[in-house]
Amino acid sequence: MGKHIVILGGGTAGTMTANRLRRTYDRHECRITVVDQDDDHLYQPGLLFVPFGLAQPHHLVRSRPRQLDAAVDYKQARIERVDLDARVVHLAGGIRLTYDVLVVATGATLLPEETEGLTGPGWGEKVFTFYDLPGAVYLHHALERFDGGRVVIDVADLPVKCPVAPLEFAFLADWYFQRCGIRDKVHLTYVTPLDGAFTKPVAAKALGGLLKDKGVELVTEFTLGEVDGVGGRLVSYDEREVPFDLAVVVPLHGGAEYVGRSEGLGDELGFVPVDPHSLQHPDRPEVFAIGDAAGLSASKAGSVAHFEGEVLVHNIGRFLDGKPLDASFDGHANCFVETGFHKALLIDFNYATEPLPGHFPTAVGLPLLKESHANHLGKLAFEWLYWHSLLPGRGLPGIGSAMPEHGKHHVSD
Amino acid sequence: MPTATYAGTAVPVDDEGFFTDPGRWTEPMAEQLAREQGIGELTDRHWTVIRFLRAQYAAQGTGPTVRVLGKTSGVSVKELYQLFPKGPAKTAAKIAGIPKPRGCI
Ligand SMILES: Cc1cc2nc3c(=O)[nH]c(=O)nc-3n(C[C@H](O)[C@H](O)[C@H](O)COP(=O)(O)OP(=O)(O)OC[C@H]3O[C@@H](n4cnc5c(N)ncnc54)[C@H](O)[C@@H]3O)c2cc1C
Repeated sequence: MGKHIVILGGGTAGTMTANRLRRTYDRHECRITVVDQDDDHLYQPGLLFVPFGLAQPHHLVRSRPRQLDAAVDYKQARIERVDLDARVVHLAGGIRLTYDVLVVATGATLLPEETEGLTGPGWGEKVFTFYDLPGAVYLHHALERFDGGRVVIDVADLPVKCPVAPLEFAFLADWYFQRCGIRDKVHLTYVTPLDGAFTKPVAAKALGGLLKDKGVELVTEFTLGEVDGVGGRLVSYDEREVPFDLAVVVPLHGGAEYVGRSEGLGDELGFVPVDPHSLQHPDRPEVFAIGDAAGLSASKAGSVAHFEGEVLVHNIGRFLDGKPLDASFDGHANCFVETGFHKALLIDFNYATEPLPGHFPTAVGLPLLKESHANHLGKLAFEWLYWHSLLPGRGLPGIGSAMPEHGKHHVSD
Repeated sequence: MPTATYAGTAVPVDDEGFFTDPGRWTEPMAEQLAREQGIGELTDRHWTVIRFLRAQYAAQGTGPTVRVLGKTSGVSVKELYQLFPKGPAKTAAKIAGIPKPRGCI
Protein backbone atom coordinates (compact mmCIF):
# COMPACT_ATOMS: atom_id res chain seq x y z
CA MET A 1 0.00 0.00 0.00
CA GLY A 2 1.14 3.55 -0.70
CA LYS A 3 2.29 6.04 1.88
CA HIS A 4 0.17 8.94 3.02
CA ILE A 5 1.69 12.44 3.02
CA VAL A 6 -0.43 14.99 4.88
CA ILE A 7 0.25 18.67 4.30
CA LEU A 8 -1.20 21.06 6.86
CA GLY A 9 -2.03 24.40 5.24
CA GLY A 10 -2.99 25.12 1.64
CA GLY A 11 -1.32 28.52 1.33
CA THR A 12 1.80 29.35 -0.64
CA ALA A 13 4.08 26.66 0.80
CA GLY A 14 1.53 23.86 1.22
CA THR A 15 0.14 24.24 -2.29
CA MET A 16 3.49 24.28 -4.07
CA THR A 17 4.77 21.37 -1.99
CA ALA A 18 1.71 19.25 -2.80
CA ASN A 19 2.00 19.96 -6.52
CA ARG A 20 5.73 19.28 -6.59
CA LEU A 21 5.28 16.00 -4.68
CA ARG A 22 2.45 14.97 -6.98
CA ARG A 23 4.68 15.39 -10.00
CA THR A 24 7.47 13.44 -8.35
CA TYR A 25 5.41 10.39 -7.27
CA ASP A 26 2.56 8.63 -8.96
CA ARG A 27 -0.68 7.88 -7.17
CA HIS A 28 0.23 4.28 -6.29
CA GLU A 29 3.37 5.33 -4.53
CA CYS A 30 1.72 7.82 -2.23
CA ARG A 31 -1.48 9.62 -1.43
CA ILE A 32 -1.24 13.35 -0.79
CA THR A 33 -3.77 15.26 1.30
CA VAL A 34 -3.81 19.02 1.88
CA VAL A 35 -5.82 20.46 4.77
CA ASP A 36 -6.91 24.08 5.07
CA GLN A 37 -9.73 25.82 6.88
CA ASP A 38 -11.23 27.85 4.03
CA ASP A 39 -11.42 28.24 0.26
CA ASP A 40 -9.79 31.66 -0.04
CA HIS A 41 -6.22 31.53 -1.28
CA LEU A 42 -4.98 35.10 -0.90
CA TYR A 43 -2.06 36.52 -2.86
CA GLN A 44 -0.55 38.18 0.22
CA PRO A 45 2.05 40.36 -1.54
CA GLY A 46 -0.94 42.16 -3.11
CA LEU A 47 -2.01 43.41 0.35
CA LEU A 48 0.64 46.10 0.14
CA PHE A 49 -1.12 47.73 -2.82
CA VAL A 50 -4.73 47.62 -1.52
CA PRO A 51 -4.48 50.63 0.85
CA PHE A 52 -3.29 52.84 -2.01
CA GLY A 53 -6.03 51.71 -4.39
CA LEU A 54 -3.44 49.97 -6.58
CA ALA A 55 -5.00 46.51 -6.22
CA GLN A 56 -8.60 45.34 -6.08
CA PRO A 57 -9.23 43.04 -3.11
CA HIS A 58 -11.32 40.49 -5.04
CA HIS A 59 -8.57 40.08 -7.65
CA LEU A 60 -6.21 38.79 -4.97
CA VAL A 61 -8.28 35.80 -3.87
CA ARG A 62 -8.72 32.48 -5.68
CA SER A 63 -10.06 29.04 -4.80
CA ARG A 64 -7.60 26.89 -2.82
CA PRO A 65 -8.29 23.42 -4.26
CA ARG A 66 -8.17 24.84 -7.79
CA GLN A 67 -4.49 25.64 -7.29
CA LEU A 68 -3.90 21.95 -6.50
CA ASP A 69 -3.20 19.15 -8.95
CA ALA A 70 -6.41 17.16 -9.50
CA ALA A 71 -4.74 14.10 -8.00
CA VAL A 72 -4.17 15.80 -4.63
CA ASP A 73 -6.92 15.34 -2.03
CA TYR A 74 -8.18 18.55 -0.47
CA LYS A 75 -9.84 18.54 2.93
CA GLN A 76 -11.44 21.74 4.13
CA ALA A 77 -11.48 21.67 7.92
CA ARG A 78 -9.93 23.39 10.89
CA ILE A 79 -6.87 21.64 12.30
CA GLU A 80 -7.32 21.15 16.05
CA ARG A 81 -4.27 19.20 17.14
CA VAL A 82 -1.52 16.85 16.01
CA ASP A 83 -0.78 13.73 18.05
CA LEU A 84 2.86 13.09 17.17
CA ASP A 85 3.08 9.75 18.97
CA ALA A 86 0.03 8.31 17.21
CA ARG A 87 0.82 10.11 13.90
CA VAL A 88 -2.72 11.43 13.76
CA VAL A 89 -4.04 14.88 12.87
CA HIS A 90 -7.30 15.81 14.57
CA LEU A 91 -9.58 18.04 12.54
CA ALA A 92 -12.76 19.87 13.55
CA GLY A 93 -15.85 17.68 13.43
CA GLY A 94 -14.02 14.67 14.86
CA ILE A 95 -12.19 13.85 11.62
CA ARG A 96 -8.85 12.06 12.02
CA LEU A 97 -6.08 11.74 9.46
CA THR A 98 -3.18 9.35 9.90
CA TYR A 99 0.08 10.09 8.15
CA ASP A 100 3.42 8.58 7.22
CA VAL A 101 4.91 12.00 6.52
CA LEU A 102 3.60 15.29 7.90
CA VAL A 103 4.42 18.66 6.36
CA VAL A 104 3.54 21.67 8.50
CA ALA A 105 2.77 24.64 6.25
CA THR A 106 0.22 26.54 8.30
CA GLY A 107 2.11 29.82 8.06
CA ALA A 108 2.17 32.62 10.61
CA THR A 109 -0.81 34.06 12.50
CA LEU A 110 -1.27 37.73 13.37
CA LEU A 111 -1.59 38.34 17.11
CA PRO A 112 -2.74 41.98 17.47
CA GLU A 113 -4.48 41.24 20.77
CA GLU A 114 -1.10 40.42 22.37
CA THR A 115 -0.10 44.10 22.32
CA GLU A 116 -1.77 46.22 24.99
CA GLY A 117 -4.33 48.59 23.51
CA LEU A 118 -3.71 47.67 19.87
CA THR A 119 -7.21 46.27 19.30
CA GLY A 120 -8.75 48.70 21.83
CA PRO A 121 -10.37 52.09 21.10
CA GLY A 122 -9.20 53.48 17.77
CA TRP A 123 -8.61 50.07 16.12
CA GLY A 124 -10.09 50.33 12.64
CA GLU A 125 -10.47 54.12 13.02
CA LYS A 126 -6.97 55.50 13.62
CA VAL A 127 -5.02 52.30 14.09
CA PHE A 128 -4.74 49.81 11.23
CA THR A 129 -2.81 46.94 9.79
CA PHE A 130 -2.51 46.00 6.12
CA TYR A 131 -1.33 42.46 6.89
CA ASP A 132 -4.77 40.93 6.35
CA LEU A 133 -7.39 41.66 3.73
CA PRO A 134 -10.07 43.33 5.90
CA GLY A 135 -7.34 45.49 7.50
CA ALA A 136 -5.95 46.55 4.12
CA VAL A 137 -9.46 47.51 2.92
CA TYR A 138 -10.23 49.57 6.06
CA LEU A 139 -6.90 51.32 5.66
CA HIS A 140 -7.72 52.13 2.05
CA HIS A 141 -10.89 53.90 3.16
CA ALA A 142 -9.03 55.71 5.92
CA LEU A 143 -6.35 56.94 3.52
CA GLU A 144 -9.02 58.25 1.16
CA ARG A 145 -10.42 60.36 4.01
CA PHE A 146 -7.02 61.44 5.35
CA ASP A 147 -6.16 65.10 4.80
CA GLY A 148 -2.95 65.53 6.74
CA GLY A 149 -1.19 64.83 10.03
CA ARG A 150 1.23 62.29 11.48
CA VAL A 151 1.29 58.87 9.82
CA VAL A 152 3.32 56.27 11.67
CA ILE A 153 4.32 52.86 10.29
CA ASP A 154 5.33 50.51 13.10
CA VAL A 155 6.63 46.95 13.28
CA ALA A 156 5.64 45.67 16.75
CA ASP A 157 8.40 43.06 17.03
CA LEU A 158 10.05 40.35 14.97
CA PRO A 159 9.59 37.91 13.39
CA VAL A 160 7.16 39.25 10.78
CA LYS A 161 6.26 38.04 7.30
CA CYS A 162 8.07 39.79 4.51
CA PRO A 163 10.13 42.18 6.66
CA VAL A 164 10.50 44.60 3.75
CA ALA A 165 6.71 45.09 3.30
CA PRO A 166 6.41 47.76 6.03
CA LEU A 167 9.29 49.70 4.44
CA GLU A 168 7.59 49.42 1.08
CA PHE A 169 4.46 50.80 2.70
CA ALA A 170 6.43 53.85 3.86
CA PHE A 171 7.88 54.41 0.37
CA LEU A 172 4.47 54.06 -1.28
CA ALA A 173 2.86 56.35 1.31
CA ASP A 174 5.34 59.08 0.33
CA TRP A 175 4.39 58.57 -3.34
CA TYR A 176 0.66 58.39 -2.55
CA PHE A 177 0.53 61.62 -0.54
CA GLN A 178 2.56 63.43 -3.20
CA ARG A 179 0.13 62.25 -5.84
CA CYS A 180 -2.77 63.50 -3.66
CA GLY A 181 -1.00 66.83 -3.36
CA ILE A 182 -0.86 66.78 0.45
CA ARG A 183 2.67 65.47 1.07
CA ASP A 184 3.60 68.79 2.77
CA LYS A 185 0.80 68.23 5.29
CA VAL A 186 1.87 64.68 6.17
CA HIS A 187 4.65 63.76 8.57
CA LEU A 188 5.78 60.18 7.90
CA THR A 189 7.59 58.16 10.56
CA TYR A 190 8.93 54.59 10.31
CA VAL A 191 9.27 52.87 13.69
CA THR A 192 11.18 49.60 14.07
CA PRO A 193 12.49 47.35 16.86
CA LEU A 194 15.71 46.93 14.84
CA ASP A 195 18.72 49.22 15.19
CA GLY A 196 18.40 50.28 11.54
CA ALA A 197 15.96 50.19 8.63
CA PHE A 198 16.72 46.49 8.03
CA THR A 199 18.49 43.59 9.73
CA LYS A 200 21.60 43.31 7.60
CA PRO A 201 24.05 46.25 7.54
CA VAL A 202 24.54 46.92 3.79
CA ALA A 203 20.80 46.77 3.03
CA ALA A 204 19.99 48.72 6.21
CA LYS A 205 22.20 51.54 4.94
CA ALA A 206 20.67 51.56 1.45
CA LEU A 207 17.07 51.33 2.68
CA GLY A 208 17.70 53.83 5.49
CA GLY A 209 19.10 56.20 2.85
CA LEU A 210 15.94 55.85 0.79
CA LEU A 211 13.76 56.66 3.83
CA LYS A 212 15.82 59.79 4.35
CA ASP A 213 15.59 60.83 0.69
CA LYS A 214 11.84 60.49 0.89
CA GLY A 215 11.60 62.53 4.08
CA VAL A 216 10.52 59.65 6.27
CA GLU A 217 11.70 59.94 9.88
CA LEU A 218 13.29 56.73 11.22
CA VAL A 219 12.84 55.67 14.87
CA THR A 220 14.88 52.61 15.83
CA GLU A 221 15.10 50.11 18.73
CA PHE A 222 11.46 50.76 19.54
CA THR A 223 9.69 47.62 20.77
CA LEU A 224 5.98 48.32 20.90
CA GLY A 225 4.60 47.98 24.44
CA GLU A 226 1.28 49.78 24.19
CA VAL A 227 -0.98 51.57 21.72
CA ASP A 228 -3.04 54.48 22.99
CA GLY A 229 -5.62 54.82 20.24
CA VAL A 230 -7.55 57.64 21.91
CA GLY A 231 -4.50 59.75 22.73
CA GLY A 232 -2.76 58.84 19.46
CA ARG A 233 0.48 57.51 20.97
CA LEU A 234 2.66 54.47 20.45
CA VAL A 235 4.54 53.66 23.65
CA SER A 236 7.61 51.43 23.71
CA TYR A 237 8.51 49.08 26.55
CA ASP A 238 11.28 51.48 27.54
CA GLU A 239 8.66 54.25 27.71
CA ARG A 240 9.46 56.29 24.64
CA GLU A 241 6.48 57.71 22.75
CA VAL A 242 5.67 58.34 19.11
CA PRO A 243 2.56 60.45 18.45
CA PHE A 244 0.24 59.68 15.52
CA ASP A 245 -2.97 60.68 13.79
CA LEU A 246 -2.96 57.45 11.81
CA ALA A 247 -0.96 54.39 12.80
CA VAL A 248 -0.21 51.43 10.55
CA VAL A 249 0.99 48.61 12.78
CA VAL A 250 2.38 45.23 11.80
CA PRO A 251 1.23 43.13 14.77
CA LEU A 252 3.15 40.39 16.55
CA HIS A 253 3.29 37.09 14.67
CA GLY A 254 3.11 33.55 16.03
CA GLY A 255 2.62 30.10 14.58
CA ALA A 256 -0.87 28.67 14.02
CA GLU A 257 -2.73 28.21 17.27
CA TYR A 258 -3.08 24.41 17.06
CA VAL A 259 0.73 24.09 17.15
CA GLY A 260 0.66 25.13 20.81
CA ARG A 261 -1.92 22.40 21.50
CA SER A 262 0.20 19.73 19.81
CA GLU A 263 2.72 18.52 22.34
CA GLY A 264 6.29 18.45 21.12
CA LEU A 265 5.58 20.12 17.78
CA GLY A 266 6.39 23.82 18.18
CA ASP A 267 8.51 26.36 20.03
CA GLU A 268 7.46 29.12 22.46
CA LEU A 269 5.96 31.21 19.67
CA GLY A 270 4.21 28.31 17.94
CA PHE A 271 6.71 27.97 15.10
CA VAL A 272 8.07 24.53 14.25
CA PRO A 273 11.81 24.33 14.99
CA VAL A 274 13.15 22.29 12.08
CA ASP A 275 16.74 21.81 10.97
CA PRO A 276 17.68 24.95 8.99
CA HIS A 277 19.15 22.91 6.11
CA SER A 278 17.11 19.68 5.92
CA LEU A 279 13.78 21.19 7.19
CA GLN A 280 13.23 18.05 9.29
CA HIS A 281 11.93 18.11 12.87
CA PRO A 282 14.75 17.31 15.33
CA ASP A 283 12.72 14.77 17.34
CA ARG A 284 10.33 13.45 14.69
CA PRO A 285 12.01 12.39 11.46
CA GLU A 286 8.66 12.02 9.69
CA VAL A 287 7.73 15.66 10.38
CA PHE A 288 8.89 18.58 8.21
CA ALA A 289 8.00 22.27 8.14
CA ILE A 290 8.15 24.79 5.32
CA GLY A 291 7.34 28.46 4.79
CA ASP A 292 6.31 30.87 7.51
CA ALA A 293 5.43 28.01 9.90
CA ALA A 294 9.08 26.98 10.19
CA GLY A 295 11.06 28.40 13.12
CA LEU A 296 14.08 29.38 11.05
CA SER A 297 16.23 32.47 10.84
CA ALA A 298 15.36 32.72 7.12
CA SER A 299 12.92 35.47 6.07
CA LYS A 300 9.24 34.61 6.14
CA ALA A 301 8.54 35.13 2.44
CA GLY A 302 6.93 33.34 -0.45
CA SER A 303 10.23 33.28 -2.33
CA VAL A 304 11.84 31.50 0.62
CA ALA A 305 9.06 28.89 0.65
CA HIS A 306 9.71 28.38 -3.06
CA PHE A 307 13.45 27.80 -2.58
CA GLU A 308 12.74 25.51 0.41
CA GLY A 309 10.27 23.50 -1.65
CA GLU A 310 12.87 21.97 -3.91
CA VAL A 311 14.90 20.79 -0.89
CA LEU A 312 11.86 19.56 1.01
CA VAL A 313 10.46 17.40 -1.79
CA HIS A 314 13.83 15.79 -2.36
CA ASN A 315 14.31 15.10 1.35
CA ILE A 316 10.84 13.61 1.77
CA GLY A 317 11.72 11.18 -1.02
CA ARG A 318 14.98 10.26 0.72
CA PHE A 319 13.13 9.79 4.00
CA LEU A 320 10.53 7.49 2.42
CA ASP A 321 13.33 5.46 0.84
CA GLY A 322 15.02 5.13 4.24
CA LYS A 323 18.08 7.03 3.02
CA PRO A 324 19.92 9.88 4.75
CA LEU A 325 18.63 13.35 3.82
CA ASP A 326 21.11 15.02 1.51
CA ALA A 327 19.42 18.16 0.22
CA SER A 328 20.37 21.32 2.00
CA PHE A 329 18.57 24.68 2.11
CA ASP A 330 20.91 27.68 2.27
CA GLY A 331 18.42 30.29 3.54
CA HIS A 332 18.01 31.85 0.09
CA ALA A 333 15.57 34.78 -0.04
CA ASN A 334 14.82 37.09 -2.93
CA CYS A 335 12.56 40.12 -2.54
CA PHE A 336 11.52 42.97 -4.77
CA VAL A 337 11.17 46.11 -2.66
CA GLU A 338 8.64 48.53 -4.14
CA THR A 339 9.94 52.08 -3.66
CA GLY A 340 7.22 54.17 -5.32
CA PHE A 341 7.15 56.15 -8.57
CA HIS A 342 7.14 52.91 -10.60
CA LYS A 343 10.47 51.81 -9.27
CA ALA A 344 11.63 48.95 -7.09
CA LEU A 345 14.87 47.49 -5.87
CA LEU A 346 15.80 43.85 -5.51
CA ILE A 347 17.55 42.11 -2.62
CA ASP A 348 18.93 38.57 -2.71
CA PHE A 349 20.55 36.88 0.28
CA ASN A 350 20.87 33.70 2.36
CA TYR A 351 21.85 32.52 5.86
CA ALA A 352 25.50 33.43 5.29
CA THR A 353 25.49 36.30 2.77
CA GLU A 354 23.73 39.57 3.46
CA PRO A 355 21.97 41.47 0.65
CA LEU A 356 24.71 42.96 -1.55
CA PRO A 357 24.80 45.28 -4.54
CA GLY A 358 25.48 43.90 -8.02
CA HIS A 359 23.21 42.15 -10.49
CA PHE A 360 20.84 39.16 -10.31
CA PRO A 361 21.10 36.31 -11.11
CA THR A 362 24.27 37.07 -13.08
CA ALA A 363 26.29 40.15 -13.99
CA VAL A 364 23.84 41.03 -16.79
CA GLY A 365 20.66 40.58 -14.74
CA LEU A 366 18.51 42.92 -12.69
CA PRO A 367 20.28 45.52 -10.55
CA LEU A 368 20.56 44.59 -6.85
CA LEU A 369 20.01 47.04 -3.98
CA LYS A 370 19.38 49.81 -6.47
CA GLU A 371 16.11 51.39 -7.62
CA SER A 372 15.06 50.70 -11.18
CA HIS A 373 11.97 50.52 -13.35
CA ALA A 374 12.94 46.97 -14.40
CA ASN A 375 12.67 45.81 -10.81
CA HIS A 376 9.22 47.38 -10.53
CA LEU A 377 8.16 45.36 -13.56
CA GLY A 378 9.68 42.33 -11.84
CA LYS A 379 7.54 42.97 -8.79
CA LEU A 380 4.41 43.20 -10.93
CA ALA A 381 5.35 40.06 -12.87
CA PHE A 382 5.69 38.21 -9.57
CA GLU A 383 1.90 38.06 -9.24
CA TRP A 384 1.51 36.18 -12.51
CA LEU A 385 4.44 33.92 -11.67
CA TYR A 386 2.89 33.23 -8.26
CA TRP A 387 -0.30 31.70 -9.68
CA HIS A 388 1.21 30.12 -12.78
CA SER A 389 4.69 29.06 -11.79
CA LEU A 390 5.27 29.12 -8.01
CA LEU A 391 2.04 27.46 -6.87
CA PRO A 392 2.12 24.75 -9.57
CA GLY A 393 5.57 24.00 -8.15
CA ARG A 394 7.57 24.78 -11.26
CA GLY A 395 10.92 26.50 -11.10
CA LEU A 396 11.53 30.13 -11.93
CA PRO A 397 13.38 30.49 -15.23
CA GLY A 398 17.11 30.59 -14.57
CA ILE A 399 16.83 30.65 -10.77
CA GLY A 400 17.61 27.63 -8.61
CA SER A 401 17.21 27.04 -4.90
CA ALA A 402 20.78 27.99 -3.98
CA MET A 403 21.65 31.68 -3.85
CA PRO A 404 23.70 32.79 -6.89
CA GLU A 405 27.07 34.30 -5.92
CA HIS A 406 27.81 35.40 -9.44
CA GLY A 407 27.02 39.07 -10.03
CA LYS A 408 27.30 40.17 -6.39
CA HIS A 409 29.82 42.78 -5.27
CA HIS A 410 31.18 42.26 -1.80
CA VAL A 411 31.50 45.53 0.07
CA SER A 412 32.95 46.54 3.39
CA ASP A 413 30.73 49.12 5.05
CA MET B 1 40.01 39.71 19.41
CA PRO B 2 39.55 42.22 22.28
CA THR B 3 39.62 41.12 25.89
CA ALA B 4 38.12 42.61 29.03
CA THR B 5 38.94 41.98 32.66
CA TYR B 6 36.25 40.94 35.11
CA ALA B 7 36.79 39.74 38.69
CA GLY B 8 40.52 39.85 37.99
CA THR B 9 40.36 37.55 34.96
CA ALA B 10 40.93 38.53 31.31
CA VAL B 11 38.20 37.14 29.03
CA PRO B 12 37.68 37.37 25.25
CA VAL B 13 34.78 39.59 24.17
CA ASP B 14 33.46 40.79 20.81
CA ASP B 15 33.54 44.40 19.54
CA GLU B 16 30.37 45.22 21.45
CA GLY B 17 31.58 43.65 24.69
CA PHE B 18 29.63 40.38 24.57
CA PHE B 19 31.42 37.28 25.88
CA THR B 20 32.51 35.01 23.06
CA ASP B 21 33.21 32.10 25.38
CA PRO B 22 30.40 31.75 27.96
CA GLY B 23 32.44 29.08 29.77
CA ARG B 24 34.80 31.81 31.03
CA TRP B 25 32.02 33.64 32.87
CA THR B 26 31.69 33.30 36.65
CA GLU B 27 28.95 34.66 38.91
CA PRO B 28 31.24 37.19 40.67
CA MET B 29 31.75 38.91 37.28
CA ALA B 30 28.05 39.78 36.99
CA GLU B 31 27.99 42.76 39.38
CA GLN B 32 30.76 44.58 37.49
CA LEU B 33 29.17 43.75 34.13
CA ALA B 34 25.85 45.10 35.44
CA ARG B 35 27.44 48.34 36.64
CA GLU B 36 28.87 48.87 33.16
CA GLN B 37 25.30 48.65 31.90
CA GLY B 38 24.13 51.22 34.44
CA ILE B 39 22.47 48.70 36.76
CA GLY B 40 23.42 49.44 40.37
CA GLU B 41 22.59 46.24 42.16
CA LEU B 42 21.49 42.83 40.98
CA THR B 43 18.32 41.65 42.73
CA ASP B 44 16.91 38.12 42.89
CA ARG B 45 14.73 38.99 39.90
CA HIS B 46 17.80 39.96 37.87
CA TRP B 47 19.40 36.67 38.83
CA THR B 48 16.31 34.74 37.78
CA VAL B 49 16.73 36.19 34.30
CA ILE B 50 20.53 35.73 34.20
CA ARG B 51 20.34 32.06 35.22
CA PHE B 52 17.48 31.46 32.80
CA LEU B 53 19.50 33.00 29.97
CA ARG B 54 22.52 30.85 30.69
CA ALA B 55 20.39 27.72 30.74
CA GLN B 56 18.72 28.73 27.48
CA TYR B 57 22.06 29.41 25.87
CA ALA B 58 23.37 26.02 26.96
CA ALA B 59 20.29 24.32 25.50
CA GLN B 60 19.78 26.34 22.29
CA GLY B 61 23.12 27.91 21.43
CA THR B 62 21.67 31.42 21.37
CA GLY B 63 20.00 33.78 23.83
CA PRO B 64 16.23 34.21 23.41
CA THR B 65 14.53 37.39 22.16
CA VAL B 66 12.68 39.61 24.66
CA ARG B 67 9.37 38.22 23.50
CA VAL B 68 10.44 34.63 24.11
CA LEU B 69 12.01 35.62 27.44
CA GLY B 70 8.69 37.20 28.48
CA LYS B 71 6.85 34.00 27.60
CA THR B 72 9.24 31.52 29.16
CA SER B 73 11.32 33.05 31.98
CA GLY B 74 8.48 33.78 34.38
CA VAL B 75 9.35 37.51 34.17
CA SER B 76 6.98 39.61 32.01
CA VAL B 77 8.29 41.78 29.16
CA LYS B 78 7.28 44.87 31.13
CA GLU B 79 9.26 43.79 34.17
CA LEU B 80 12.19 42.75 31.97
CA TYR B 81 12.40 46.34 30.74
CA GLN B 82 12.26 47.60 34.34
CA LEU B 83 15.09 45.28 35.33
CA PHE B 84 17.22 45.86 32.23
CA PRO B 85 16.11 49.25 30.92
CA LYS B 86 18.32 49.46 27.83
CA GLY B 87 16.90 46.45 25.98
CA PRO B 88 16.60 43.31 28.09
CA ALA B 89 17.69 40.68 25.56
CA LYS B 90 21.02 42.35 24.82
CA THR B 91 21.75 43.86 28.24
CA ALA B 92 20.93 40.69 30.15
CA ALA B 93 22.93 38.60 27.66
CA LYS B 94 25.94 40.82 28.27
CA ILE B 95 25.65 40.49 32.04
CA ALA B 96 25.04 36.73 31.80
CA GLY B 97 28.23 36.34 29.76
CA ILE B 98 26.66 34.84 26.64
CA PRO B 99 27.17 35.96 23.03
CA LYS B 100 24.90 38.57 21.44
CA PRO B 101 21.49 37.02 20.73
CA ARG B 102 21.12 36.30 17.02
CA GLY B 103 17.52 37.48 16.85
CA CYS B 104 15.58 36.99 13.68
CA ILE B 105 14.86 38.57 10.33
C1 LIG C 1 1.67 42.42 3.23
C2 LIG C 1 2.49 41.27 2.79
C3 LIG C 1 3.35 41.39 1.71
C4 LIG C 1 4.13 40.33 1.29
N1 LIG C 1 4.96 40.50 0.21
C5 LIG C 1 5.73 39.46 -0.22
C6 LIG C 1 6.56 39.60 -1.38
O1 LIG C 1 6.59 40.64 -2.03
N2 LIG C 1 7.31 38.54 -1.75
C7 LIG C 1 7.30 37.35 -1.07
O2 LIG C 1 8.01 36.43 -1.45
N3 LIG C 1 6.51 37.20 0.04
C8 LIG C 1 5.73 38.22 0.47
N4 LIG C 1 4.92 38.06 1.57
C9 LIG C 1 5.03 36.84 2.37
C10 LIG C 1 4.29 35.65 1.79
O3 LIG C 1 2.97 35.98 1.47
C11 LIG C 1 4.32 34.53 2.82
O4 LIG C 1 5.62 34.34 3.27
C12 LIG C 1 3.81 33.23 2.24
O5 LIG C 1 2.48 33.36 1.85
C13 LIG C 1 3.98 32.11 3.25
O6 LIG C 1 3.38 30.93 2.80
P1 LIG C 1 2.92 29.83 3.85
O7 LIG C 1 2.35 28.74 3.03
O8 LIG C 1 4.02 29.53 4.78
O9 LIG C 1 1.76 30.53 4.70
P2 LIG C 1 0.33 30.97 4.18
O10 LIG C 1 0.35 31.21 2.72
O11 LIG C 1 -0.11 32.07 5.07
O12 LIG C 1 -0.59 29.68 4.40
C14 LIG C 1 -0.91 29.15 5.66
C15 LIG C 1 -2.22 28.45 5.54
O13 LIG C 1 -2.49 27.67 6.71
C16 LIG C 1 -3.89 27.73 6.97
N5 LIG C 1 -4.13 27.44 8.40
C17 LIG C 1 -3.56 28.04 9.47
N6 LIG C 1 -4.04 27.50 10.61
C18 LIG C 1 -4.94 26.55 10.25
C19 LIG C 1 -5.77 25.66 10.99
N7 LIG C 1 -5.79 25.62 12.32
N8 LIG C 1 -6.56 24.81 10.28
C20 LIG C 1 -6.56 24.81 8.92
N9 LIG C 1 -5.78 25.62 8.18
C21 LIG C 1 -4.99 26.49 8.85
C22 LIG C 1 -4.29 29.14 6.59
O14 LIG C 1 -5.65 29.22 6.28
C23 LIG C 1 -3.40 29.41 5.38
O15 LIG C 1 -4.04 29.13 4.16
C24 LIG C 1 4.08 39.10 1.99
C25 LIG C 1 3.22 38.96 3.08
C26 LIG C 1 2.42 40.02 3.49
C27 LIG C 1 1.50 39.84 4.66
